[in-house]
Amino acid sequence: MAATSDLNELRVAVTGGTSGLGLALVQQLAARGARVAFVARTARGVERIAAETSACGIVGDVGRKEDIYPLALQITGNLGGLDVLINNASSLGPTPLAPLADTECEELEQALAVNLLGPFRLTKALLGALAASARQGSGAAVINISSDAAITPYSGWGAYGASKAALRHLTAIWAEETSLDGIAFRSIDPGDMDTPLHAVAVPDADPTTLKQPAASAAEIIEMMLAALPRGAASPITRHP
Amino acid sequence: MIAAERAQRRSGRLVTVDAGGGLRHLARAQLGSLLRAGDLVVANDAATLPASLHGAHCTSRQPIEVRLAAWVSLQDPTRFAAIAFGAGDHRTRTEDRMLPPPMVSGDRLALGPLVAVVERLLDHPRLFRLRFLENRATVLAGLARHGRPIQYAHVPEPLALWDVWTRIAADPIALEPPSAGFALDWRTLATWRRRGIGLATLTHAAGISSTGDPTLDLRLPFDEPYRIPERTAAALKLVKSIGGRVVAIGTTVVRALESAGNADGSVRAGDGVARGRLGGETGLHVVDAILTGVHEPGDSHFEMLRAFADDATLNKLSAALVAHGYRGHEFGDSMLIEHQPRSWSGPSRLAALSLAEGPYSSGASTIGS
Repeated sequence: MAATSDLNELRVAVTGGTSGLGLALVQQLAARGARVAFVARTARGVERIAAETSACGIVGDVGRKEDIYPLALQITGNLGGLDVLINNASSLGPTPLAPLADTECEELEQALAVNLLGPFRLTKALLGALAASARQGSGAAVINISSDAAITPYSGWGAYGASKAALRHLTAIWAEETSLDGIAFRSIDPGDMDTPLHAVAVPDADPTTLKQPAASAAEIIEMMLAALPRGAASPITRHP
Repeated sequence: MIAAERAQRRSGRLVTVDAGGGLRHLARAQLGSLLRAGDLVVANDAATLPASLHGAHCTSRQPIEVRLAAWVSLQDPTRFAAIAFGAGDHRTRTEDRMLPPPMVSGDRLALGPLVAVVERLLDHPRLFRLRFLENRATVLAGLARHGRPIQYAHVPEPLALWDVWTRIAADPIALEPPSAGFALDWRTLATWRRRGIGLATLTHAAGISSTGDPTLDLRLPFDEPYRIPERTAAALKLVKSIGGRVVAIGTTVVRALESAGNADGSVRAGDGVARGRLGGETGLHVVDAILTGVHEPGDSHFEMLRAFADDATLNKLSAALVAHGYRGHEFGDSMLIEHQPRSWSGPSRLAALSLAEGPYSSGASTIGS
């Protein structure tokens, strides 16, 4: 048991938790003893993953402003606070991928709503809970899932790449502004993974050349632990 | 409201009352520069539940509004003391709202996606205890989707959750916002940190602040559970030892700290329940100053101020608030009131003695000096 419960009730929220990388994160975090709340848009998917993982499933769309505070309320209300927020939910923008000249304004807006404004709003709504955790010595962290498209200008990835680039910069500025409050901010590029999102973006990719989301999830969990104070997830310092 | 009120929050005004009873009129933005190195600010980091639920009384099929008014147990978000109103909404003054349809124990209420059962009637036609039939996660989801923050007749536009969460809002256990905390923003907190002023938090489940019914309002505030972290208790011990002042952000913080306080000014960490009212007859053992909204004589918030200052000072303050047009209510202006030692006029010799023996009895300090 000790080997599988090393996260000892660390309170973690994951957006986009019913498929791809988000699902792998929910599965691994829950299996390692974290208390997990995850968010996804469809009730059926949320119920299924909640039943499979014993994590707390919450229905909502981070791209909708009206959903943000109800999500924050359910995350902190169910977990009794929050130590780590993982902003993972992502929108690809126009599908199939389109050059910017063929991208509708509304498609760019939608990518920004999910990939940039959603994480900003949810982080803002949960910052009080994260700061409270940090004040009690448990540390706190926000992990924003980025992409190499945030750095490299790939043709056809305009909406996605621009929104992820903005998220990456937003993360860096959050980090500057909140370090004294004890809240760590990190961007991570999980790599090209064999996920539903990637399959939509690059339908003819050979899955065997792609990374498994479980491998990326494990790396992200390591980064998360490195961002927290030593022992933040240990039984001694948690839940005094 | 929203944009305009938000701008007002930034541009709000602040009246300070020092321990000698002197008044100063400032901009709230100057809050960051008040206080001294070594002072400790204690704020309530409770987030606010959308505690107003519209629906129907199943037996009579009459419309009903239920306002969650107090927790039965903080561990259980399915049971509450509640206040019921009949047809209508917040645009009618609470005082003028219709009574709810007659209810008996066991009646069901359909409140959007949630179903609640009337567990028992309490001793007033609006007051009862309810239990939601769903589990914790479903109740939270139902409140999040269907509930609305308790609204105020003086705020014409409906309030959304983002209007009633303070910047530091964490655990959603308040039923109305701990509104003094609206004066805090991250810039102010950073300024305090830079200047060596501490910040600690507790979580106090602020309950309903007004029912509109005079007999019920006399019983407010209801019992309110709170949590004081170990680190907050330790910070309070430290600040007392170095001679700094404890500045409570709001009446809920005063209630929690004085409820958990010992005669020597230390505070017990952990869970507790604040009961009863603080006022002129109660001493203060922990708190040295309060930042609060602008209240009127007679309401329970104002009556608490009698624990901080004598009647002459409060009368002078009330007159100044009117003369200078300070804005009351949850989203209005702010007051910072330093505890006035009572050695010359205290209600009891015992209170005066205990103050005189404490480390904060000098009374010479002036906020903002």
